[in-house]
Amino acid sequence: MSGSVGATMAVETLRMSVPYVCAALGGVVSERSGVVNIALDGLMLASALGGVATAIATGSAVAGVAGGVATGVLLALLHAVVVVRGRVDGIVSGVAIQLLAAAGTRFTLRALYDSASNSPSIEGFRLGPAGAGATEALARVLLDPIAWLALVAVAGVPWLLRSTRFGLRLRGAGENPEAAAAAGVNVGAVRIAAVALSGALCALGGLHLAFDQHRFESGMTGGRGFIGLAAVIVAGWRPGRAVLACLGFAALDAAQIVLQDRVAVAHELLQALPYVATLVAIAGLTRGARAPAGLGRHPDPHP
Amino acid sequence: MRRAKLRGLGAGAWPVVTALAAAVLVLDLLAWGYGEAPLATLGRAFAGTWGTPYGIGQVLFKATPLVFAGASVAFALRAGLFNIGAEGQIALASLAAALVGASLPAHTPAAVALPCVCLVATVVGGAYGAVPGVLRARFGAHEVIATLMLNRIASAIVSWSLAHGAALHGTVRTADVVAGARLTSLGTWLPAWRGSAVSLALPLAVGVCFAAFAWGRSSRAGREIAWVGLGARASAAQGVPVARRLVQAMAGAGALAGLAATSTVLGYKGYYEAGLGAGAGFAGIAVALLGRGHALGIVLAALLFGTLDQAGLSINARVPREAMDVLQAVVILVVALADVAARDAARREATT
Repeated sequence: MSGSVGATMAVETLRMSVPYVCAALGGVVSERSGVVNIALDGLMLASALGGVATAIATGSAVAGVAGGVATGVLLALLHAVVVVRGRVDGIVSGVAIQLLAAAGTRFTLRALYDSASNSPSIEGFRLGPAGAGATEALARVLLDPIAWLALVAVAGVPWLLRSTRFGLRLRGAGENPEAAAAAGVNVGAVRIAAVALSGALCALGGLHLAFDQHRFESGMTGGRGFIGLAAVIVAGWRPGRAVLACLGFAALDAAQIVLQDRVAVAHELLQALPYVATLVAIAGLTRGARAPAGLGRHPDPHP
Repeated sequence: MRRAKLRGLGAGAWPVVTALAAAVLVLDLLAWGYGEAPLATLGRAFAGTWGTPYGIGQVLFKATPLVFAGASVAFALRAGLFNIGAEGQIALASLAAALVGASLPAHTPAAVALPCVCLVATVVGGAYGAVPGVLRARFGAHEVIATLMLNRIASAIVSWSLAHGAALHGTVRTADVVAGARLTSLGTWLPAWRGSAVSLALPLAVGVCFAAFAWGRSSRAGREIAWVGLGARASAAQGVPVARRLVQAMAGAGALAGLAATSTVLGYKGYYEAGLGAGAGFAGIAVALLGRGHALGIVLAALLFGTLDQAGLSINARVPREAMDVLQAVVILVVALADVAARDAARREATT
C-alpha cells in the first residue's frame, strides 16, 4: 500500500515537473543573457493555445508541437525586440507580454471555438498503456514525446551555457555587456536569440500541459510560469539547481494530489510554499548566489 | 524659452497620442479579424460608454479602483521601485475591509464605520506593501520578484480564508458589511447615473490621488523619497535615511492600493467575493505609465482604461470583450517604446 503511494507520488512528481522545468530553463536562458523575463507564464499559455489550435487545424500532433513552439518564439521575440532594440525596461515589457498572452488567449479561444473556457479536445500523443496502476502511469509519462524534449532541454541547456561559444557569449552579454561588446560580441543579437530560445523552452511547458489535458483551457497554466521563475531565483540562475528546485516544487504538488483524500492538508497554503521559499531565497541571496550582473543593463546606455 | 516649454509638453504628450492611435488601430484590426465592421464596433464601444448617462456612470465606476492602483504604482515609482504587487495588496485589503465591515455592530453610524473600514484597508494594504520594501531595504531583494511572489501568496491566503470560515457557508463571498460602512451610490443624487455602480469612492479616489502627490512634493519625507529614486547613493551621502524612505514608499503604495477596496467592497458589492477587483492592480501599472507621474495624468489614464473596460462589455455581443484587455497590453508597450524614443530624441537635441 505505502509502496504504491510512493510510486504514484514519484510518477506524479515527474509528470508535474515538466512544465516547471521548461519554464525555469527558459527563464535561466533569458536572464543569463541579461534580459529580465517575468512573462514565462504568458509564454507558456500562448504556446499551449497555439499548439492546440494548430493540432486541431491540421489534425497532427507533431504539427501542433511545431505551432506551439512557433507561438512561443514569436511572442518571446516581441519581448526581445521591445527590450533589446526598443530599450524598454524588461519588467514593463514583461507585464505587457503577460497581459497580452492572458487576454489574447481568451480572445482567440472565443474567436476560434466560441468558448470562454476551453478548446475542443485533441488526440495529442497517446503512447503507452492505458490503466490506472503506477507502472502504466510511469510508462505514459516516459513515452510522452514532449517530456523527451524537456529531458533534452535539461541536459542541453547547462551544456549550451557552459560548453558552447554561443553559451559563452550569452553569459558574457548577461554578466558584463560592455566588456562583451568591446570583445566584439553582438550583445543585442545574442540576447534576442537567447530570449527566442527561452520562448521555445516555455512553449514545451505549455504544450505539455495542453497535450496532457488533451485540450486548451483558459488560464490553464495557473501561475506555473511564476513557479518556474521562482525556481530560477531560488537556484541562483543556475540551470541544474533550477531543475532540482522544480522537482521539489512538483513533489509538493504531487503530495497534495496523492494525500488530499488521506490527510487534511490546507492545500491553498501548500500552494504558496514555492513563493514563500523564493522570498526567503531572495532575502538571503547576498551570500553566494546572485543575479547576472548585467541583468537589464544595455552595453551602450546612451546610443 | 516659451517655445522650449511648449516642445517639452509636446514630448510628454506624444507617447500618449501614439498609444491611443495604436489602441484604436488594434481594436479595428481585432474587430475586422473577428468579421465585424471596425467603424461600427468603435461606434458601439462609444455608445456603451460615453454615449449614455448610465454608460458614463459605469466608466467612472470602472475607473475608480484604477485611480487608486495607478496612484499606488506611481507612488512607489517615485522612489524608483516597481510595485507589481498592487494586485495582492488590493485582494488582502478588500478581504480584511469586508470582514471588519461585517463584524461591526449592526447600527454603527457611518461616521464611525466608514473611517474604521477605510483604516483597515489602508493598514492591511500598507503592511503588505511594506513587506517588499523591507526586503529591499534590509536584504537588497528585488521588489519586482518579491511583489510577484507576494501576489501569489496573497491569493493563497484569500482562498484559504474563504474556504476556512471567512465566506458564508457554501459560497465564496463574505457576509454583508453593515449599512454604515457602505459608500453611497452617486446615482442617489444624480438620477441620470441611477443603476450604475459609481459611488462616493470616486471623489475619494481623486482626492486621495491628488493628496498623495501633494504630500510627495511638499513634505520632507516625500521629497526625500523622490531623491532616493533619482540616486540612492547620492541621497545617502546627503544624509537621507534611504532604507526608511524605501519602506515608506512601498508602504504608501500598498496603502493607496488597499483603498481600492472602497470602490468594490464598500461602494459596489457590500461584501468581498473571490476575484472581486482582480486585474485592477496590473491595470494600475498601465495607468501609472500613461499618467506620467502627475495626479491629473493618473486620473485621466484611469478614465481611459475604465472606458476600455466598459467598452469591452458593450461590444461583447459582437466582439469578445477580451479585445479591450489586449488593448491594455498594446498601450503599455507603445507608451513605453515612445517614451524611450522621446527621451533619446531629447538627449540628441541637448548634445547637438
